[in-house]
Order: sequence, then structure tokens, then C-alpha cells
Amino acid sequence: MIKSTKKSVVGSSASSGRIKAIDIVNKGLKRRYRKEKRFRLYGMLSILASVAFLAFLLTSIVFNGYSAFLQTYIKLDVPLEAGMIDKQEPGRSDFQGIIKSAIRSYYPEVTERQDKRELYALFSSGAAFQLRDTVLSNPPEEGTTLSLWVLADDDVDMLMKGHMKRDVPEGSRRLNDKQLRWIERLEADKRVEKRFNTTFFSAGDSREPELAGIWGAVKGSIYTMLVTLALSFPIGICAAVYLEEFAPKNLATDFIEVNINNLAAVPSIVFGLLGLAVFLNFFGMPRSTPLVGGIVLMLMTLPTIIIASRAALKAVPPSIREAALGVGSSKLQVVASHVLPLALPGMLTGTIIGMAQALGETAPLLMIGMVAFIVDIPGGFTDPAAVMPVQIYLWADSPERAFVERTSAAIMVLLAFLISMNAVAVVMRKRFERRW
Amino acid sequence: MSPLLLFLLLLLLSVTGFFIGRRKAVSLAKKAGGTSRLHSLPVYYGTLTAFWCCLPAFFMFLIWLSFEQSIITWLMVADLPEQARALPPARLNVLISDIQGLVNGNIVSGEVTPLMRSAAEHYISLKGISQMITSVMVLVVAIAGMLMVHRQIKPELRARNQVEKVVMGLLVVCSTIAIFTTVGIVLSILYEAVRFFQQIPVTDFLFGLEWSPQMAIREDQVGSSGAFGAVPVFAGTILISAIAMFIAAPIGLMSAIFLSEYADRRLRSVVKPLLEILAGVPTVVYGFFAALVVAPLIRNSGAQFGIDVSSESALAAGLVMGVMIIPFVSSLSDDVINAVPQSLRDGAYSVGATRSETIKDVLVPAALPGIVGGLLLAVSRAIGETMIVVMAAGLSANLTANPLQAVTTVTVQIVTLLVGDQEFDSPKTLAAFALGLVLFIGTLLLNIIALTFVRKYRERYD
Repeated sequence: MIKSTKKSVVGSSASSGRIKAIDIVNKGLKRRYRKEKRFRLYGMLSILASVAFLAFLLTSIVFNGYSAFLQTYIKLDVPLEAGMIDKQEPGRSDFQGIIKSAIRSYYPEVTERQDKRELYALFSSGAAFQLRDTVLSNPPEEGTTLSLWVLADDDVDMLMKGHMKRDVPEGSRRLNDKQLRWIERLEADKRVEKRFNTTFFSAGDSREPELAGIWGAVKGSIYTMLVTLALSFPIGICAAVYLEEFAPKNLATDFIEVNINNLAAVPSIVFGLLGLAVFLNFFGMPRSTPLVGGIVLMLMTLPTIIIASRAALKAVPPSIREAALGVGSSKLQVVASHVLPLALPGMLTGTIIGMAQALGETAPLLMIGMVAFIVDIPGGFTDPAAVMPVQIYLWADSPERAFVERTSAAIMVLLAFLISMNAVAVVMRKRFERRW
Repeated sequence: MSPLLLFLLLLLLSVTGFFIGRRKAVSLAKKAGGTSRLHSLPVYYGTLTAFWCCLPAFFMFLIWLSFEQSIITWLMVADLPEQARALPPARLNVLISDIQGLVNGNIVSGEVTPLMRSAAEHYISLKGISQMITSVMVLVVAIAGMLMVHRQIKPELRARNQVEKVVMGLLVVCSTIAIFTTVGIVLSILYEAVRFFQQIPVTDFLFGLEWSPQMAIREDQVGSSGAFGAVPVFAGTILISAIAMFIAAPIGLMSAIFLSEYADRRLRSVVKPLLEILAGVPTVVYGFFAALVVAPLIRNSGAQFGIDVSSESALAAGLVMGVMIIPFVSSLSDDVINAVPQSLRDGAYSVGATRSETIKDVLVPAALPGIVGGLLLAVSRAIGETMIVVMAAGLSANLTANPLQAVTTVTVQIVTLLVGDQEFDSPKTLAAFALGLVLFIGTLLLNIIALTFVRKYRERYD
């Protein structure tokens, strides 16, 4: 296009009088402007496509997950007759049985064994633990009736939240007509209520959706990130300082640089293979623990941190180094007391971004066995633990509809962590950014 | 004493060492008449003491920690009764892991025999002795180091130079970790992969057309032949990556062009952070989204037109992976396009080219090596991506080019082979390492080519 225009300009000046160059240009102008507009539109559309996808992703997750922050509770009157609570050891009484008899007394007409089982299924198996906690924390008198809001089963929860439709044929929903009638009676008595789901934020994993919580995974993530941070921050900064400030230009340092750049682009799952073969099999470190997970993630984030720290060191002008050298500091003193403090905000920003990456990483942790089903909330670096992304992966695999909303809610929690970490990084960059 | 407690104690000791060393230096300076009489500032004498206190002890501690388990296990096995030691190696390994399980309170396969119980007790007592010895040795070494330096502190001691030497050494060690990581990756994967290739010939693995890694546990089991031809797996990986690049390359490139050449500051300041968010979303979230929303969407719209789409279609995984890579492509191309000198743009405008003509005929050809490098990095990213395909792509290895069918990828196979029970003597588990080797070499080659492209390009305009 340009070439042809150029040629005609030259041609016209040589032989004026015949076809003027400007006419040729004008003739093609409309078409070229149309092309220009179309090109611009493509650019706009591709931006729009990515933003639209982001919006679609976020709304679908919020839409799927917001209801997990509420949980359906059922009010149950529990009559405590004589002999029900063990006098010597109240913790060892048959709480499951007490709950069952309380349910039976609310529905006296249910007598068939099959019906009873379907009736009990409306209540969570966690109800017995709730009763136990209430009884232990505040021992009631015999013969009184405790009025207790107990957890509903996840199917009831889904029904109350509208994820299970009542008007579909009986075969295609998980609750049958009989169970629906029982629930309707509870609703008529105002015994069903949705409340804020505290279990979700305080419990570990569970096979029962209504008892499953994210807290175990959050704590596992915190322990893992602590290990990663404690190792990768000092090591990353030391490596960056050496490579940027002291390293002689030779084959060895070139080799280190090539290695770092390549490691930054190695698939994360390969780091998992390394962790499995070296840390678990060779050194015999404990499986599924934050310790090993943190070390593997450290190796993975190290290149990110080193590259960011080197950029921060590069940004410190040489005049500062020269001034410090001029008043008699040693090379190390120059770096430690002049260059490092100025580069530290940039290094911290890089570290936060690296940590955010590590927090969202799943694949290498699958390799070192952090996919186990772990109910207990981890209490240390060598306890088996899950981390948040792995918990999301595990729940996403569960067939229950209630786990879909819990997965989405866990994603929201994870994204909240990530976005706040990135926001801190952005604020720090804005606040401490210095142009020399 | 637990390792963590010992570590804290060591830290406390070195802090004490720092203060003791500094105090001695200060008191020496007072006697000699001012700090200027000392070779170094008092801080350096303190730091030197602290270093000698913690570093030797710490390294000893680390070395012991890494070999403790194997030494104790070896000692325990040596003390097992004759008939247990005469077991074949595989059975002996099971016995050892059972004993360790018993020690850690884990589940044990089979019944707990008195032999195992006594071995477990032996193990625990050995462990206790080992921990006691370590604690004593570490503390003795730490205190000895501290006292040694403390006695040597004189005004003439070149403390600063010594401290700087140690710090320099630490810096060098830290920067070589990248090399150790690479070496570790190569050795560990290679070792297991070679063991795999001893059982399955390399050519069968690379050129075989059937992949079904389930091995028969019993002789008469049906359907678990154990075929390790990886071509369908490679083909699936390429198919999904191709779909992803088909989405990401044009959209990412056009976004970068629009942002750097057309968009004004305001729009850029809104769109760039949004793209960064898209880049920061964890891949497990994309995977969930692909499996829960995109795959059913494609399946249902396919059903509308009467096309049978698999619920784990390559299209769904590839599509979402493409979206994941868009910000990656866009930010790399953005850097590259911005690096094209302004004079080239001005030249094109001055001969009357429109913006799009300038971009298409001048900027993109000038930036091409950089763009190609960025795209190659994106491809290597797509090949190594794990969670999206694990959650949204299939497990069965179909050799097909139809994006509506389910295919499997290298990363999916690695995850499925290694999650769950692992036996490091069966080809099934080892196959994962062979696949990992292929993955590592493939992405490494792509990265090296891409980085040379980018570097060449940078040099051209720097």
C-alpha cells in the first residue's frame, strides 16, 4: 500500500500533466479509511472479548457461590427425658438417638422404617454434634425441652435456596414428594430459616456439604505460604544482589542467568515431579505437608522474585553507589546500606506478586500428595494439610449440587486473598515508585 | 528436642553471640582509646561471632536432618530378626513402610505383628537417641564456635573483611540454587524415566499408537494390558494447545496493538489492570469454570444443531486455556511493540500511511521476531498447563483431530498416574516421569528458541 503510493508520487512529479498523484491517493482514500476503521474495530472487539470473558467468569462464580454464605437451619424441640444424658460422662450419651427421637416426636405419624430413614435424612448428621456441644457447654436439667436450631441436610438446603425445583417430576430430584410435604410442614410452622454460614468459615473438609468448611484449607495455605516466604524472600534477594551487583561477567554467571530464565518458564507440574522424586522419595520428608509444599512452591516462585528484584536493583542510579564508594564504604556496605533500602519496595512488590502466584498454584501440590481428604485443621508445618486451590479442585470433583456452590464460594475467598495481595503490591508500587 | 525448637534455640544463641562479640569489641576499644583503634566497627565483631555460632552448627543440623531418616531406617533393618531380613526386597520395603506407618500412627496394611511392634519401638527409641545426639552436638558446636571467635577478638582482627567474605559466600550459594533446581529436575526425572525405558522400549513409547497405562494386578485381569504408546497423548496435547493458541494469538495480539497504538491513557489505565486480573486468576478457577459452565454450554449448543459433542470436549478446555493465555500474549506483544523506535512510526506516517497501515506494514514486521518469541512462550505455557485440562479434558487417549471429542494430554496423564497409589517399581508410575521428561524437554526447547528470538530482537533496537 505505502509502496504503491510512494511510487505514484515519484512518477507524477516526473511527468506532470497526465494523472495527478493526489487523485490516485484520493481515489483509494475511502477504501483505506474503511480498512482503518475495520482494523480499529477488531482491536476494540478483542479487548471487549477478554473483558467480557472476565465479567462472565466472575459473575458466574458469584452467581453460583453467593448462596453458600447462607445455610438452612431447622428448629428442633429436643425433649430431654430422664436417663437420656449420661450422668458421669455426658459427652458419651447417645446424641444421635436423642435427635432421632426428637424428630419422631415432631412427626408422630411416621412409623414405617423406610419413611423414618427418609425423614432422618432431612437433618444433617452434624445435628448430634450440635446437641452435644450445647449439652456440654451448658448442662440442662432433666425433663426440660431444648429448642435447638440444627443444620439441615444439603438436599434441604438446596431446596430452600431454589437450586432444586419443587415442580419437576419426583424421579428427577433428590427429595421425594413425601419429604417435600414434611419440609412444607416445617415451613408452615416457621421452623426453617436461612442464616449466615459460620460452619463454612470455621470447619475443615467433610464429605457432607453442610459440614464442610474452608478454614482447614485457609490455614494450610497460610502455613505453606509462610514456608515459601521464609525461604524465597531471603534467597531471592541474595541471588538478585549477587547477580546484579557483584557477579563477574563470565560463563558461570551466564549459565545461572539462562537457568533462571528457563526455570521461570518451566511448567509448574515439573516442579511437582521434582518435589516427589527428591523431597519425598529421596529425603523422606512427610507427604501432604505444608513444609514440602512450601519448599516446592519456593523453587517455583524463586525465578519470579529474582527477576523482579534485579529490575528493582537496576533502577537504583549508579550515582548513589559512586557517592557511597567515594566516602569510603566497602562494596558490600554500599549495597547493604544504600542500594538495598532504595530497591526494597520494588523487591517486596515482586515478592508479593510471586506469593500470589504460589497461593493460586495447584498442580505441583497434587504431585506431593496434598490431595488427600483431610478433615483435621492443620496445627503446624508437618501436619497433613490441604491448601485452598487444592480444596477447590477436590470439591469441584464432588457430585453433590451443594458442593458446586461451596466450590464457588471457596473460589471467591481465594480470589479475595489474591486481589488484596495484588492491590497491596499496586499501592506499594505507586507509593514508593521513584523516578531518578 | 524437636527440630523447630532446636532451630529457635540456635537463633537465640547467635543473637547472644552478636551481643557478646560487640561488647568485647567495645570494651577493647575503650581500653585502646576510641573505636577508631579497632580494625572494624564493633558491629562486625558481633556479626562475626554470630556467624561462627550459627553457620557451622546449622549446616551440620541440615545435613543430619536430611540423612536422619535413612540412617535410622538402615539401623532398624539391621536389627530386624534374620527371617525378616531374608525377605525379598519388595516385601521388605512394605514391612519397613508399615513399621514407619505404625510409628506415625498411620494405617498399616495387614495385621500388626509383634515383630513390627518391637521394630517400631526400636525405631522410636533410635529416633529419640538421634534427636538427643543432634541437639547436644549442634549446641556444643554453636557454643564452641562462639567462644572461639570471642577469644580471638582483638583490635587487629579484620572482622569486616571476614564478615564480608562469609556474606559473599552466602550470596553465591543463593544464586546457584537455580542451577541446583535445574540439575535436580533433570536428574530426578531422568533417573525414573530411564528405569521406565528399561521396561518399555523408547521407540514403543514415542511411536506407539495405544495408551492404556493400567497394569494388570492379577494375571487373568481383563482390559488392563498396559500399553504405553504415547502418540495419542501427544496428539491430544497438541490439539488442545492449538485450539488455545487459535484463540489467544489473534485476540492477544490485537489487544496489545489496540492498547499501545489506539487507546488513550484513560482506557489503558482501566483495561490493563483488568487484563492483569485475568492473568492472576488461578488456573484451578479456570478449570472449574471450563468444566461447570463452558463444557455444558458447548455440549448444549452442539445438541441444538444435532451435533454430538463430548462433555469433556477438547474444544472447551482449549477455549478456556486460550482465554487464560490472552493476557500473557498481550503483555509480551505490548512490550515488544512499544520497543519499536518511534522513528519508524513517524516515517510511515510522513508518507501518508494510515495507522492500521503503519501497524500492519511497519510495526508488526519490525517487531515480528519478538512477537514470534512471545507466541512460542505462550505455546510452551499451553503445553505445560495442568489444572484446566485435568478438570475439563478427558482421561481416555483418543487419537483424533476432532475438537468435539475427548482427548487427553501429557499433564493430565502425569496427574492421574501419580495421584493416589504410587509404586516406584511399576511402569505405570514410572510412565509419568517419562511423560514429564518429554514435557520438560519440549518446553525447554520452546523456551530457549523463544528467548533467543526475543534477545535478538531486543539487541536490534537497543
